[in-house]
Amino acid sequence: MAYFLQQLINGVTLGSIYGLIAIGYTMVYGIIGMINFAHGDIFMVGAFIALIAFLALTAIGVTAIPLALLLVLIIAIGLTSVWGWTVERVAYRPLRESFRLAPLITAIGMSIVLQNFIQIAQGARVKPLQPVITGGYELFKQGSFTVIVSNIQILIVATTVLVMGAFWLLINRTALGRSQRACEQDRLMAALSGVDVDRTISLTFVLGAGLAAVAGLLYLLYYGVIDFFIGFIVGIKAFTAAVFGGIGSIPGAMLGGLVIGLIETFWSAYFTIEYKDVAAFSMLAIVLIFFPTGLLGRPEVEKV
Amino acid sequence: MSASLLALESVTAAYGRLPVLHDVSLQVRPGDIVSLIGANGAGKSTTMMTICGRPRASRGRVLFDGADITRCPTHEIARLGICQAPEGRRIFGRMTVMENLQMGAIVANAPDGFEADLARVFALFPRLKDRASQRGGTLSGGEQQMLAIARALMGRPKLLLLDEPSLGLAPLVVKQIFEAIKALNADGLTVFLVEQNAYHALKLADRGYVMVNGRITMTGTGAELLASEDVRSAYLDGAASEAEEPVSS
Repeated sequence: MAYFLQQLINGVTLGSIYGLIAIGYTMVYGIIGMINFAHGDIFMVGAFIALIAFLALTAIGVTAIPLALLLVLIIAIGLTSVWGWTVERVAYRPLRESFRLAPLITAIGMSIVLQNFIQIAQGARVKPLQPVITGGYELFKQGSFTVIVSNIQILIVATTVLVMGAFWLLINRTALGRSQRACEQDRLMAALSGVDVDRTISLTFVLGAGLAAVAGLLYLLYYGVIDFFIGFIVGIKAFTAAVFGGIGSIPGAMLGGLVIGLIETFWSAYFTIEYKDVAAFSMLAIVLIFFPTGLLGRPEVEKV
Repeated sequence: MSASLLALESVTAAYGRLPVLHDVSLQVRPGDIVSLIGANGAGKSTTMMTICGRPRASRGRVLFDGADITRCPTHEIARLGICQAPEGRRIFGRMTVMENLQMGAIVANAPDGFEADLARVFALFPRLKDRASQRGGTLSGGEQQMLAIARALMGRPKLLLLDEPSLGLAPLVVKQIFEAIKALNADGLTVFLVEQNAYHALKLADRGYVMVNGRITMTGTGAELLASEDVRSAYLDGAASEAEEPVSS
């Protein structure tokens, strides 16, 4: 029981990070119907920006951890958003009216470009960060096993809940979010209603990148090491989470992230850690057989 | 014809390589209702969409309020005050009726006037008020048409474009909608109407145009066209009975 609870805590933490990234995949799919394969690498860039910002702040003497974290968060979100915006502007928008596979190909291209750029600019070696947030709470003991929830886990889950809550309000309760949803449902009608569709699509990429930056920072704090390749595997997991939850659905992405995080963690804990990815992807296949549109996805109905 | 609110001058337009409009010229004067009638596939809806830049006119010019809008992006054309209830209504199905109306209000750019505009469209279509929190996709066809028109009105249009507002609706609802159009026009709104329901459209119109295979073949006042033998035989077969009880198409 104690062991189970510990894995649950670990799984929710990991799932939070996946969920934040998955929203970026699902939103872009929702609005322009493409899979942004570079999104995982945007997350990786976000983690690097967070690391550099952290080291820079320490160097200039900002040592109060809450202040430093807040500044890093703002810097990471700001700069990563610029990256997200640029990727869309450079690699996707010129191909908007092209055939369907074209932006998919440039997305894979952008993914490689970002990986190689970071590899060259920052080196291929693993970059460590001294543990910033330490300590935790012992929940209870059972025999020799102690259930611990660490401060960093609390921070990750709390940040995720806050950010997702704010994001949900933005999408569902503001004029900006309404325009975003309008473009998702009917781009032509949105334009006829005076919405600048290109701007809204840019905004979608910016929002997705901002969430990925939050995930990047949290990942960095949790694992303490990053390298130029983390975007690939984490990105694939988050993409899986988005499909799992129903691609195009924002609550689906959050739920999918959580489920993938839990499957991975529990499989590692009870079976073999080597096969955790196989387990996650197998579950995806099984879910897609029974729910072809994912857990919360809606069937695509062409309306006349 | 400098007094026109909207003018198309020898407009040619195509979907990809498929030409649809050939040398189309027409004028809409402020305060008028102008109807464009024609058979299915004649290019009526394309004319409507070309005004909004989708597709863009490949030759000729579209003038609104004296300004050339041929090359304007669609959302900027909308912001000039051209609001459309398009073919197929295009309700945002996963948004509530209220959110659809809020989408329409973007063009008005007058947040202070929102409540007043809302009251006005609810007065025109009381049924929408009861459905305000319902999703657009769950409305009946007639209600969706009302919503499409109401959404366009929320933008405080200078020119209202209506594409087949009677399509697929029950006769009683058609009557209701045409009465609403008449009332709006009486308040000074300029309306450009595309219809297959030629009798209703021409009866309402200050000016009418007939379109065949992407060309304007005839024009005149609504009454003139209604009286014309050519129009009668082509578009108003059995109009006498239709006048009393329009067949929903």
